[in-house]
Amino acid sequence: MDLFVAALVTGVGLGSMYGLLALGFYVTYAVSSTVNFAQGSTMMLGAVMGFTFGVTLGLPWIVAILLALVACVVWGVVVEAIGVRPFARRGSDLWLMATVALGLILENVVLFTFGKDPRGMPQSALTAEAFSVGGLRVSLLQVTIPVVGLAIAFALHVLTRHTRSGKSMLAIVQNPDAARLMGIDVRAAIVGAYAVSGLFAGIAGLLIAPLFTVSSSMGTLFGIKAFAVAILGGIGNPWGVVLAGLIYGSAESLITATFGSTYTQILTFGLVIVALALRPDGLFGRAGVKKV
Amino acid sequence: MGIARNPRNGWRAALGVAALVVATSALAADPIKIGLVAALSGPSAQSGEAITQGLTIAIDEINAAGGLLGRPLALVKRDDESSPPKGATAARELIYDEKVAAIFGGLDTPVSLAIVPIANKEHVPYMGVWAAGTPITRNGANPNFAFRVSAVDVMVDEALLKYAQKNGAKKPGLILINNPWGESNEKGLKEEAQKLGITLAGIEKFEDRDVDIVPQLTRLKNAGADALILVANAAPGAQVMKARERMGWKVPVISHWGVSGGRFPELAGPTAGDVVFVQTYSFFGNQKPAGKKVLSELEKKYKVSGPEGVISPVGVADAYDAMHLLALAIKKAGSTKGDAVRQALHEIDEYQGLIKTYHKPFSAQNQDALGPDDYVFVRFEGNKIVPVH
Repeated sequence: MDLFVAALVTGVGLGSMYGLLALGFYVTYAVSSTVNFAQGSTMMLGAVMGFTFGVTLGLPWIVAILLALVACVVWGVVVEAIGVRPFARRGSDLWLMATVALGLILENVVLFTFGKDPRGMPQSALTAEAFSVGGLRVSLLQVTIPVVGLAIAFALHVLTRHTRSGKSMLAIVQNPDAARLMGIDVRAAIVGAYAVSGLFAGIAGLLIAPLFTVSSSMGTLFGIKAFAVAILGGIGNPWGVVLAGLIYGSAESLITATFGSTYTQILTFGLVIVALALRPDGLFGRAGVKKV
Repeated sequence: MGIARNPRNGWRAALGVAALVVATSALAADPIKIGLVAALSGPSAQSGEAITQGLTIAIDEINAAGGLLGRPLALVKRDDESSPPKGATAARELIYDEKVAAIFGGLDTPVSLAIVPIANKEHVPYMGVWAAGTPITRNGANPNFAFRVSAVDVMVDEALLKYAQKNGAKKPGLILINNPWGESNEKGLKEEAQKLGITLAGIEKFEDRDVDIVPQLTRLKNAGADALILVANAAPGAQVMKARERMGWKVPVISHWGVSGGRFPELAGPTAGDVVFVQTYSFFGNQKPAGKKVLSELEKKYKVSGPEGVISPVGVADAYDAMHLLALAIKKAGSTKGDAVRQALHEIDEYQGLIKTYHKPFSAQNQDALGPDDYVFVRFEGNKIVPVH
């Protein structure tokens, strides 16, 4: 029982991190059917920038956080401009490789400037114990992560269903050419989506950093898991993405708790494949109808 | 037809002898080159710096006492950047071009494992002063030119379990990094546990980039672990400590020395000081004359302020003792030829060193000068490494 509760609390914490990062995939996919595959390295950028501004340079935290988020937004726009647009315009799928390459470049630039030594964020009231569940201490930050994830999913839901710009976003997904003819600025919408995707990754990075160590390679595995979560949730549904994150995180830590850590990656990724074989559009996605 | 009968031949002979004398005296002044292949840049650069300090202090002492075989010693350093191919290339260059008498190694086991076969093939003694991988010295080669003055994984495993046992642990649990280093220690710890009659509560592994290790630790806790044996570097080790803190679990943690590299206190937070780990030497506490001398040289040469200023005590102390042991062997051999020096290393009787007084430090069966009884247990107090007692 103790083991089960501990695993579930851990899983929900981890899962909401994956979900938060996976929402970045959702935003760009919804508008342009492309994603930044190196979303994990954008998350790393947020954490590294937060550490550099807040700890190394000693700026007030609110300023450090804002600057880090701005850096992630700018990076999102850069990725779209040089990694996605030139390829997508020609109808090529090479943005896949280009975004991975940009992520690797970013990781190596950080490696040389930030250093290879992993760093630790200072402890604060956010990381102190807020309450405990089944004997496991839970910090304010661990609660903040799922709350932020759900809040963003809710905001995206409201935006796309109930606002003009949200509806125009959906119009772009359905038919970019028609949308353009109707006076919707498709290019601006796509650039905006990448900026927002960078913002989400930055928020994820800043929230995760104090629970983890800050280093150039911290985002790689996270990015891959988040992508699995995005696909699992049905990439076109923000609620589904966040829920899939929670399911994935819980599965991961329950498997570790039951079978031992040796089997964690094998079984969780195996389950993702099984789930997708049974539901190709994800657990919460809807099959796209193709009219001929 | 003697040479002297022809005056011109006599001149030639005299010139020849003179030339020979000049040549030999030049040779006599030629330094004996001592090679070092270690990480001098990158995240482990501090280790290379510490080894350099230990070697330099020892070499300066030897040179001040007249050198070896009438020749001074000179240190020739090469950076391996923690990369095995770069280390192997550097070792070849030192052997073929610089004609070094011996090669000292650095922190990385994989780099050492790349250099040792070259040393064995070329019959050049290899002196390990940091990397603890068991197969570095136990490599199966005959003749074996790999010697070491440092910790050895299998012996560390024995020391960790003995320490746990001595401090009342009946059922320690293992929490190991999932890589070849963790695996080699898993093997060593299992074997030692069996020898010591210790039942392990369980063996759990975690990844280098795992964020939350609560599930693994909970398994060990539920299995009744009353101590944790940790094998991991600073960053993943810190994640273990954070998980332990969240669980409110006050279990003692006994660790291999991986946590001493990097910024463990910053990464692990308030419970960093709960980890007890092994070192081969500590400059804290009462120092014997050798310790006082090395500390004062460190202060003079490298502006080190007291024991807390020593960046990596292990690197300095191991390198210092290893250099003196090698010098004793070269003196005994009366030559810098690899085979003779190797033989002489086996014949060293006693040396009053920094870490301890060595009695027969090396033999054909055991080319590791330090054993489990030579390890000291330490912990972090703030950013300082202090002995546990």
